[in-house]
Amino acid sequence: MLRFVVRRLLQMVGVLLVLSLLVFVWLRSLPGGPVSALLGERQTEARREALEQALGLDQPLPVQYVRFMQRALQGDFGVSTQVLPGEDALDIFLSRLPATLELSFFALVIAVALGIPLGYVAARRKGTALDTTTVIFSLVGVAVPVFFTAFLLKYFFAVEWNLLPVSGRQSIGLDATRVTGLFVLDGILTREWDAAWDALKHLVLPSLALATIPFAVVFRITRASVLDVLDEDYVRTAEAKGLTARVIRGRHVLRNAMLPVVTTVGLQVGALLSGAVLTETVFSWRGVGQALAEGFLQKDYPVLQVLIMAAAAIYVLVNLLVDITYALIDPRIRTR
Amino acid sequence: MSTQRIQPAARHGEPLLAVRDLRVTFGRRGEEPFRAVDGVSFDVRPGQTVGLVGESGCGKSVTSLAIMGLLPTRGNTVEGSAVFDGEDLLSLSAPQMRDRRGADIAMIFQDPLSSLNPVIQIGRQVTEVMERHQGLSRKEAMPKAADLLERVGIPDPTARLANYPHQLSGGMRQRALIAMALACQPRLLIADEPTTALDVTIQAQILALLKELVVETGTAMVMITHDLGVVAGLCDEVNVLYGGKIVERGDRHTLFARPRHPYTVGLLNSIPRLDAPRGEALSPIPGSVADNLPWDSACAFAPRCPNALDVCVRQTPQWDGDDVVGLRCFNPMAVSR
Ligand SMILES: Nc1ncnc2c1ncn2[C@@H]1O[C@H](COP(=O)(O)OP(=O)(O)O)[C@@H](O)[C@H]1O
Ligand code: SF4
Ligand SMILES: [Mg+2]
Repeated sequence: MLRFVVRRLLQMVGVLLVLSLLVFVWLRSLPGGPVSALLGERQTEARREALEQALGLDQPLPVQYVRFMQRALQGDFGVSTQVLPGEDALDIFLSRLPATLELSFFALVIAVALGIPLGYVAARRKGTALDTTTVIFSLVGVAVPVFFTAFLLKYFFAVEWNLLPVSGRQSIGLDATRVTGLFVLDGILTREWDAAWDALKHLVLPSLALATIPFAVVFRITRASVLDVLDEDYVRTAEAKGLTARVIRGRHVLRNAMLPVVTTVGLQVGALLSGAVLTETVFSWRGVGQALAEGFLQKDYPVLQVLIMAAAAIYVLVNLLVDITYALIDPRIRTR
Repeated sequence: MSTQRIQPAARHGEPLLAVRDLRVTFGRRGEEPFRAVDGVSFDVRPGQTVGLVGESGCGKSVTSLAIMGLLPTRGNTVEGSAVFDGEDLLSLSAPQMRDRRGADIAMIFQDPLSSLNPVIQIGRQVTEVMERHQGLSRKEAMPKAADLLERVGIPDPTARLANYPHQLSGGMRQRALIAMALACQPRLLIADEPTTALDVTIQAQILALLKELVVETGTAMVMITHDLGVVAGLCDEVNVLYGGKIVERGDRHTLFARPRHPYTVGLLNSIPRLDAPRGEALSPIPGSVADNLPWDSACAFAPRCPNALDVCVRQTPQWDGDDVVGLRCFNPMAVSR
């Protein structure tokens, strides 16, 4: 197990190295660039060149990349040119991370807490109205773009009916103490219950919007997987033993049906990260996704590089955790 | 597990299980209904081993699953009765039936690998049935599980408790399933092709084990197989099933020595025999169950039957016999062969 983890971590370093090169080259092949973004299109050649020199953009690409990597290995990913000019790019990422973590975590909890039980029930009642309705609902969930879902939720629940906050993470004027940067958790830790409640209300709509696609995927995989397992001979053996419905459901059906679901949840982290860009923009959620969107608009290379690499690292790490979980559930992987 | 010996095959005692006119029909709305089991009746007396024999698809598994209440909840109808110990199993509620299964009636299946939960340790899969029916805690049941594994011939049983199914061989897996089935000392064990998925040498070992265990515990057994060879060494009474109906019944010796039904003869001729003259080919029954005629208006076996008469394709042969011997045929083999 330990060897497996070490091997996977080494693989991850390799993946990140290759990715750093790709991101570096790709960003610089996009039209425009930080200089135009900073100075606007109508500028004298002299001023453009001076700024390019200052940013090191006058050097050939390989030289730029080697310099970037040298600094990066020492933890220096450069400073932001536009998003927060002069601010350390890594610091920008770290300061934005808790907001996105909180949002993604709630979205994932919603997706799993609804997707797995509903998937199980739909499988058990295959072909009934309940099954058909949930399947259609989940198809819609996957098909509708996150941006649109987010906008609809915001429009009705926040703007029209005024039930929940329109945007942001905390009401203005509410003086909350920060501990972790996860606002709900902070409120609980400091026993500022009003702040926790306020942060939770702000979370509802964005996390619902972000949860739609992972929910639909988890639901459908659970349903398909439970259907497969219900047909297995070992479930019939369990029935032949006269075990209670509860034991059969938990120990014999769900435990086996969860194997593909665990993998799916890991892969959904990718959907969460890309969904976060859109959701955070719609709800002015000051997280990584929003910074990424700003970085793109303003061609802020250092910020973009850090954010994309960090997203990739998180994705790979989560999937490593998923594989470990899988091995813990499935002895055929663990004991050979 | 009790080790008291009881007399084998108390022949005319009260039946432990009396199946009467069992019919199972598959088919949902809009589909042509299909009768997989068509009026099957047989008895199992305490301590007796009864064979249910026939080609694949003749309704053996469906018969046993219907008795156990294990057919899918939708898409089929079950008629008739299966009286076990004075109670009709087919009219019990689902929770009442759950209390019987694994405790009074146990079952083992064909494929030992797929019949075991791949992610649960063997020990747990043995103890769970004792936890359920005997109110034991897992801790109390574990040593008993080790005893059971030892009893069914699994070496180093205590270590095996922590193994997962994929770590055991096919024969060991089937032994473990037998241990689970016998954990609560059931009075009836239904074995559905318990050796079909195993190597030939392992088959013989498992059959020997089952024979030993039923004698030792006094458990009655229904042995389901497509192989009359399996029945030969094991069963007191044999029921031959064709197309969902029993076509011949008799005690093992009579059935092997003087088979009357042409289908039984066909099955006997297709058993590989060690004493067969060299070069003598096995003679399988010609055709397949796909050729069957409907029982409603004919003998289903007629298209494949060497003895078929005109009447066989126009009329249903009726059961001529009782719950001990019987025959369903217009033109059976002559009594002296
Ligand atoms: N769930 C089911 N739905 C429809 N038909 C079934 C089902 N289970 C079994 N059958 C049919 O019933 C017949 C008897 O099957 P089975 O009892 O499994 O045969 P076997 O004697 O080989 O055990 C077969 O023709 C089979 O196709
Ligand atoms: S009834 Fe006729 S067709 Fe059927 S087995 Fe007997 S002889 Fe053959
Ligand atoms: Mg079968």
